[in-house]
Amino acid sequence: MSSLLSHEIGYSAPIEVHNHGFSPYVNNEGTSLGICGEDFVLVASDTRQSNGGYSINARRSPKAFELSNRTVIATTGCAADAKQLVEDMEQRAQYYVHKHGREMSTPAMAQVLSQLLYTRRFFPYYVFPIFAGLDAKGKGAVYNYDAIGNIECVSHYAYGSAAALLQPFLDNQINKAHQRGADTTAKPSRAQAVKLAIDAFTSATERDIYTGDWLEIFIVDSEGVHKLTRELKHD
Amino acid sequence: MDPIELRLPHTLQRPQATSNHEPITHSTEPIVTGTSVVAFKYKDGIMMAADCLGSYGRMAMFRNERRLMAVGKTTLLGMSGDISDYQHMQHTLENIMTQEYDMDDGQRLGTKSIYKCISKIMYNRRSKMNPLWNSYVIAGVDSGEKVLGYVDLIGTTYESPTIATGYGSHMAQPILRKVVEGREDEITEEEAVKIIEDCMRVLYYRDARAFNKLTRAKVTAQGVEITEPYSLETNWDFAESIVGYGA
Repeated sequence: MSSLLSHEIGYSAPIEVHNHGFSPYVNNEGTSLGICGEDFVLVASDTRQSNGGYSINARRSPKAFELSNRTVIATTGCAADAKQLVEDMEQRAQYYVHKHGREMSTPAMAQVLSQLLYTRRFFPYYVFPIFAGLDAKGKGAVYNYDAIGNIECVSHYAYGSAAALLQPFLDNQINKAHQRGADTTAKPSRAQAVKLAIDAFTSATERDIYTGDWLEIFIVDSEGVHKLTRELKHD
Repeated sequence: MDPIELRLPHTLQRPQATSNHEPITHSTEPIVTGTSVVAFKYKDGIMMAADCLGSYGRMAMFRNERRLMAVGKTTLLGMSGDISDYQHMQHTLENIMTQEYDMDDGQRLGTKSIYKCISKIMYNRRSKMNPLWNSYVIAGVDSGEKVLGYVDLIGTTYESPTIATGYGSHMAQPILRKVVEGREDEITEEEAVKIIEDCMRVLYYRDARAFNKLTRAKVTAQGVEITEPYSLETNWDFAESIVGYGA
C-alpha cells in the first residue's frame, strides 16, 4: 500500500543526504619517513601540527607512535583520523595479546592496518601511514599505505608535506639512485640511517613551512624500540 | 479537458520546485556564536578567558553569555562557536558527570578523561557529518600535571602551553608564544592576569565579534575559579591616527 501511494504521488521518505559546506577533513601537514636496515628499522616524524593554513596549532603534537615492542607507526594527513586509526591499531594489538598470549607479528600487523583503512573505503581515513617493524627473522620491514589501504613493502619511504623533498634524497642516499658504479644492494647502517633522517628533516625544515619544531626518531632493533628526540627550527 | 487538480493534505504535498528527496539537513553554519577563547599555562595552573558576547551573525545580540564552565571540580572548559551546540554539550557533560557520581566509587573524572570524552563526542559527530560547531579548550591539573588541550568540530586535538581559538589564534597566539612559551612554570598569577587581559584587549580592539565584557578563570590544584563578568578599560585615542579605523 505504501509503495502504491509513494508511486502515485511521487513521495518517498526523506533520505539522509548531507550535501552542505562542512568538510570533515583537514590536512594537518607535517612529514614522516621510514628507513629499513638489515636488523633494524627507523621511523621519524616532526611534531608540528598545522591547521591546514598558515597557523601552527601546536609545536609538540607527535604523529609517530610505538605500537608494540617491535613495531612503530608514523602518520601524516588528518590528525583526528590518525588518532582514531592509531587507537584502533593499539586496540587490535591488545586484543591479539589477550587472545593468543603473544604479540602479533609485524607482517600480520601490517595487514591489519591495511584492513582497517579499507573498512573505511567509502569514507576514508585521510591518513598516510608508514608502518615499520622487525619480521620473524629479525629483519627490518617498512610498509607504506595510501588512505584506503594499498600496501607496499619498501626500503625507505617519505610521506607528508615535505615528502617531495625527502623521497629523492633517500632514493639517492639509500638506493644509490643515479650513482654510477655504487653498490645498490648495501643497506644503511644504523648510524647512517639516523644521520640521514636528521639531515633530511633539518633540510626539509628550511624549505617546508609545515615541517619543524621537534623531530622524533624511533629505532626498532632486537632489543626493542628506542626513541630519540631532536630539536628542529621553531620558525 | 482540463486535468483534475488533486489537493493532498499538506503533509503529503510534493515540495514545489525541489526534489522529492528533500534532504534531512544538519547544521551547515553556526547561528549564535561566541568568539575567541584564550588560555595558557602559568606557575600554579592554567588561566583562561572568554568574552560575554553571543553574536547573531554580525549583530551583537546577547551580551551576557557565559562561555567558561567548570566540569566537576578540577576541570575548566572554554567554548567558541555555536552557543546552542555548546548548551547541548553542557547537558551531555552534566549527564556524564551525574552518571559518574552515581557510581559512588569515590573516583572522579580527571581533566584528561574529560578531554578524551569531549574529543570523542566531537569526532563522533563529525563522522556522522553532523558536527557540533564548536572549538573547545579544556584545562585542568590532573595528578599534579597541568593539562591544556583543544578540540574542534572535526575532532582535531592538540595540547599546547598556549591555546587561542578563532580570531584569537591570529591575534592572541603570537603574543602568548612570545610571552609565555618556555616560561610556563615562572609566570605568577598577577602576571598571568595582565597577559590575558592584554590579549583580550587586543582582541576587543581588532575582532569585530569581540566584546569588552568578559569572564576570566583559573584552574589550579585547588580547583576552578571563574570570575563574574567584568569590563576591561579601553582607550580609543589611537584610533584617530589610523586611517579607516577611527575618524
